[in-house]
Amino acid sequence: MLMRESAEDDVLLDVRDLETHFYGEESVTRALGGVSFQVKKGETLGVVGESGCGKSVTALSILRLLPKLTARTVGGEVRFHGRDLLDLSDREMRKIRGHRIAMIFQEPMTSLNPVYTVGRQIAEAVQIHTNATHSTAMAKAEEMLRLVRIADPERRVNNYPYEMSGGMRQRAMIAMALACSPELLIADEPTTALDVTIQAQILRLIVDLKERTGTAVMFITHDLGVVAETCQRVIVMYAGRIVEQAAVTDLFARPAHPYTQGLMRSVPDPRRGRQRRLPEIPGIVPSLREPIVGCSFAPRCPFAIDICREKTPMLRDVGSSHAAACWRAEEVMGA
Amino acid sequence: MVSYILRRLLSTIAVMTMVGIFVFLLLRLAPGDPADIIAGDRATPEMVAGIREQLGLNEPMPVQFVHWALSIVSGDFGTSIFTGYPVLQLISQRLEPTISLSILTLSLSVTVGISFGILAAWRTGGFIDRVLTAFAALGFSVPVFVIGYFLIYFLAISMHWLPVQGYEPIDHGFGPWFVHLILPTLALSFPYVAYFARIVRTSMLEVLSEDYMRTAAAKGASSYSMLFHHALKNAGVPILTVIGMSVAYLISGVVITETVFNIPGVGRLVVDAINNRDYPIIQGVLILVSGLYVLINLAVDLAYTLIDPRIRY
Repeated sequence: MLMRESAEDDVLLDVRDLETHFYGEESVTRALGGVSFQVKKGETLGVVGESGCGKSVTALSILRLLPKLTARTVGGEVRFHGRDLLDLSDREMRKIRGHRIAMIFQEPMTSLNPVYTVGRQIAEAVQIHTNATHSTAMAKAEEMLRLVRIADPERRVNNYPYEMSGGMRQRAMIAMALACSPELLIADEPTTALDVTIQAQILRLIVDLKERTGTAVMFITHDLGVVAETCQRVIVMYAGRIVEQAAVTDLFARPAHPYTQGLMRSVPDPRRGRQRRLPEIPGIVPSLREPIVGCSFAPRCPFAIDICREKTPMLRDVGSSHAAACWRAEEVMGA
Repeated sequence: MVSYILRRLLSTIAVMTMVGIFVFLLLRLAPGDPADIIAGDRATPEMVAGIREQLGLNEPMPVQFVHWALSIVSGDFGTSIFTGYPVLQLISQRLEPTISLSILTLSLSVTVGISFGILAAWRTGGFIDRVLTAFAALGFSVPVFVIGYFLIYFLAISMHWLPVQGYEPIDHGFGPWFVHLILPTLALSFPYVAYFARIVRTSMLEVLSEDYMRTAAAKGASSYSMLFHHALKNAGVPILTVIGMSVAYLISGVVITETVFNIPGVGRLVVDAINNRDYPIIQGVLILVSGLYVLINLAVDLAYTLIDPRIRY
């Protein structure tokens, strides 16, 4: 008889109150001010927000890849299969990276090492985490290039990155990331630097591979369209915090945070033809160098009232598995 | 690639011709008549005239140059004025100490300098990095001969650990050869270790902040692999350039070091030749050193292709 897994067993990654600070000459930037979310096995979670909202910092904090001299995760937990990654030794952490949790980056042009062949760089990931010989690892690299649909993989495996286009390099990055069958793939704006036609292909590829391998994906993007196409659940970040969390359909149907609403309005809608002017969110993202009193979005928010400027709203349920950090979420949803 | 090497070798001929002209003019433009210099203070006018005739000094300059250049190309570097021996023979007798000193110095500076630089870059602002900064300032500002005498005083005269000066050929045994070369190698290596370490540190720091280093970390690469496998090869081109150029500059350091430590090498030969105004020896050494410099440059340029696949000729 089939047993239904409990909710706890379903959770692959459980991030709790993650706080990361950057240390400058004289100031401290609170890049993450307590971020909590979960990634369930096999799901695709979208992480949305504008530049500087903490999406990438969240990803890099999970894998502990931030520069040691300038950044530190000062609080919180990153539970992966119940173990806090922040407590692991460097050696244990290396066994997680690329093996259990892999990551692909925004810039395919600069993310591959220019002096080694693509095949060798994929094979390296295999050799770090298994005791495969060089030739087995190279065969695996070729197989991975075929999997990411690079034509002529037996030749491409010996190519250097400069001999490949941006789209091909991003495919190679995906091949490298998936070579050890990770349980979680963190994709940090993987299509942002690519041409629109290539973007669609890469998105399709990630979705296909996710379905074939069962890997959970944390998809970081500033593009709500990408979220709609690829994700099941989504978290919206603003100024180093999560402001809304929902199933994709709920988020699009009834956004509960004014910031999410603003984001959606500023996406051009081709069905409406040429618009006179795309609505934008007025004001600028607050500086994270000084502590923020009240809601960080309040200065830009059309719904802001006195309490918003005095007390920071916590993330609270506004529907079934739909949460928002807004004092007036119900009114926002009704608007 | 082959055509590139051929083109480079052809340009080498042009460079060496220029060098040849300067070296040739060295003797002709020196104050006084070369024949007077060669004949010495107590020569009769007949002797000087004979030497003029013998050296072909009565011919026009361009003709003289062609004769001189042709004999150099055929391996005849002339005869030492002071000793009467062929220049090439004198130089080859002195090669072993100089080559020994150069190779040991380069090996030490490259290994220590590169390791030091990598460690400093790995932990920027850390203890090793600060030691390096202080050491580099010292290594650059203190001349080789001061370091040389300092080392002699402490390690040889006070502690009696090492011989004060002199040289033992390697066929007298590796031990004595090596022991005699420790102090001169240390003295000569000092500024090179500092120089290489600084260059390596700078190039490595630049590479370590590249996106592909983060990619390497994200696949679980160890610090060792990140530094030596991913970063060092990318930092290799500037490092190799600096090492190549240093080989050429090494010769001036070798001259001083050989004098301080009384080593009978090419450096000492040149110093003695300058004191004796023994122009053929000076010319011969200059030609050989320039040729070596040009060849090292070519070798460095070719080595780039081994380090960086994007460089193709």
